[in-house]
Amino acid sequence: MSTKVYVPRDSSALSLGADEVAMAILVEASKRGISVDIIRNGSRGLFWLEPLVEVETAQGRIAYGPVQPQDVPGLFDQNFLTGGEHALRLGLMEEIAYLKNQERLTFARVGITDPVSLDDYLAHDGYRGLRRALQMSGAEVVKEVTDSGLRGRGGAAFPTGIKWNTVLNTAADQKYIVCNADEGDSGTYSDRMIMEGDPFVLIEGMTIAGIAVGATQGYIYLRSEYPHALQVLNEAIAVALTKGYLGENILGSGKTFHLEVRRGAGAYVCGEETSLLESLEGKRGIVRFKPPLPAIEGLFGKPTIINNVISLASVPIILDKGGAFYRDYGMGRSRGTLPIQLAGNLKHCGLVEKAFGVTLRELLYDYGGGSASGRPIRAVQVGGPLGAYLPESQFDTPLDYEAFANLWAVLGHGGIVAFDDTVDMAHMARYAMEFCAIESCGKCTPCRIGSTRGVEVVDKIIAGTDHAANVQLLRDLSDTMLNGSLCALGGMTPYPVLSALNHFPEDFGLKKNQQAA
Amino acid sequence: MTQQDLNRQAVQDAISRMKDQPGALLPILHGIQDSIGHIPEDAVPVIADALNLSRAEVHGVITFYHYFRQTPPGRHTVQICQAESCQAMGSEKLTEHAKQHLGIDFHETTGDQEFSLEPVFCLGNCACSPAVMIDDNVYGRVTPDRLEQLLNNARKASQ
Ligand SMILES: Cc1cc2nc3c(=O)[nH]c(=O)nc-3n(C[C@H](O)[C@H](O)[C@H](O)COP(=O)(O)O)c2cc1C
Ligand code: SF4
Ligand code: FES
Repeated sequence: MSTKVYVPRDSSALSLGADEVAMAILVEASKRGISVDIIRNGSRGLFWLEPLVEVETAQGRIAYGPVQPQDVPGLFDQNFLTGGEHALRLGLMEEIAYLKNQERLTFARVGITDPVSLDDYLAHDGYRGLRRALQMSGAEVVKEVTDSGLRGRGGAAFPTGIKWNTVLNTAADQKYIVCNADEGDSGTYSDRMIMEGDPFVLIEGMTIAGIAVGATQGYIYLRSEYPHALQVLNEAIAVALTKGYLGENILGSGKTFHLEVRRGAGAYVCGEETSLLESLEGKRGIVRFKPPLPAIEGLFGKPTIINNVISLASVPIILDKGGAFYRDYGMGRSRGTLPIQLAGNLKHCGLVEKAFGVTLRELLYDYGGGSASGRPIRAVQVGGPLGAYLPESQFDTPLDYEAFANLWAVLGHGGIVAFDDTVDMAHMARYAMEFCAIESCGKCTPCRIGSTRGVEVVDKIIAGTDHAANVQLLRDLSDTMLNGSLCALGGMTPYPVLSALNHFPEDFGLKKNQQAA
Repeated sequence: MTQQDLNRQAVQDAISRMKDQPGALLPILHGIQDSIGHIPEDAVPVIADALNLSRAEVHGVITFYHYFRQTPPGRHTVQICQAESCQAMGSEKLTEHAKQHLGIDFHETTGDQEFSLEPVFCLGNCACSPAVMIDDNVYGRVTPDRLEQLLNNARKASQ
């Protein structure tokens, strides 16, 4: 019997040479007349160890990493196929503290299974949620999701069950399920990891949504920057279709659900739900006025559930184990787990799925291992390009939607980007304005014009021109954007800008603790 | 057949494959750009005709999206991430280096038609910043030296 060797096909692993490592293992094995069975799994999300190779042994899966092609002959010499000692040996994968201390619900299978193997998915509790949902009424399925306390993971944290209920109760000849896979927030990659590492869980979640509310067509709107995710999703959809998990008469239930992936085209604003719907309809991604809510008049004017990848991928386990099981994790009104993405200047960047309540400090130091540069961490941006910057004095904040809101900050999609003390926060504020100017859909003046003005004003502050007046102008401009923008692109760009100004005034030529002119 | 004939055929082909889908415009534009690398100006009236849209509408969509381009790219498209996580890990220096090394700015193509250089805002590779994408391949923890090496490999691959 040939030994199973796992080498991830996740984009980040590929970006560090996973394909070359897989090839080197194949070549070396055939040179030595050994037969190996290479499985291209998703990533476990411990990216400083990628390319991470796992070998299946009688004791369990033994990990080696980070492996480079030139390490491969040595690994064979030292019998890594039976878990042999080697400088890169990390021991039993499941025992690595970073992984062991997590609460992986949504990511339960990622890195473990072959992403496009339906058998593997089924062998690891896959499609149990759908099977249970098929025994229930639509209203019962929606109630289970409501009971779980799940709130949208795309950023706005709106209760998923309430959204589903609106679509359920809106009569129409056609309804849609749309998955928001635009993942435009910098510092985030959990959607990508799910789509590349366990696409069936997303497909199952969307199918459950469709069956619950009576929608027969689903679309995954995938950003164009994710070619690998596109390939994996399409492979998995084709398998699900052939095996009766998609299409007509799903598992003999008489229910229908079709699913298709559509590619975005590099517009950040198309992650905003109504802009995304416009884009799916083949138009420019201009944000719509609300109401009507997409749940009532969404895609092609029909009732539409639009949810983030992680929201939808959390549904199968909720249906399998029940809403109460999921709700038991978390704190306050933030129920369940959040797949947190550690990024930027950290030693141990990676995916950490934890129940809400873990603190920033634990994430940055216990998981992240402190800065990669070895210098002090000075600021972290949480929640993507529209998220606030937090200084060290706020690192003890627990990850909880309300705790962050109290600090005038957001959790967003759960991305955490760390900066060391070489960061220039005035420069970061300028970047936030510039990003808004580049990505604005142009519908409202405060966003379109305000952001361009914002860049100029920050430039003047940096140059020291009319300093006090320009600091005041930046505040006024931010106020106008906050209050006068139709969507959060214009409406939240002031978060990174003002948090930088308020917490790091010294970078704007102000005295420390002197908050404003 | 001339290049223009080939392009025309690719446009026709994308249109006939996808025009009956709901919301067909983006899939058609993707189809065209996948096969010829950009959306040629003379494709606009053909698409408009097939989808019953005005030329202005089609043009408006093409220009709205950063991904669609109206001029042919170089043989390789190099995208360097400009977003926060990559900034925290030195993407600005890397970008400067790339511009110097290639002798072009963003949105430009080298004289030998080898490389087009584009900014990108997050490749989802933030755990391995700074990130770069060359054609459909993503690279992580890219140093200036590694970038040069990758560009050289790409150059070799197109010979
Ligand atoms: C400018 C902007 C960009 C957004 N980008 C995304 C995105 O990339 N992915 C996402 O899921 N939600 C994004 N959102 C949030 C969506 O508008 C919407 O709240 C979400 O898709 C709803 O799904 P959820 O309830 O499951 O989170 C964005 C919002 C704004 C204003
Ligand atoms: S805030 Fe900006 S992106 Fe949002 S609708 Fe207005 S102009 Fe468009
Ligand atoms: S911020 Fe550069 S890859 Fe995400």
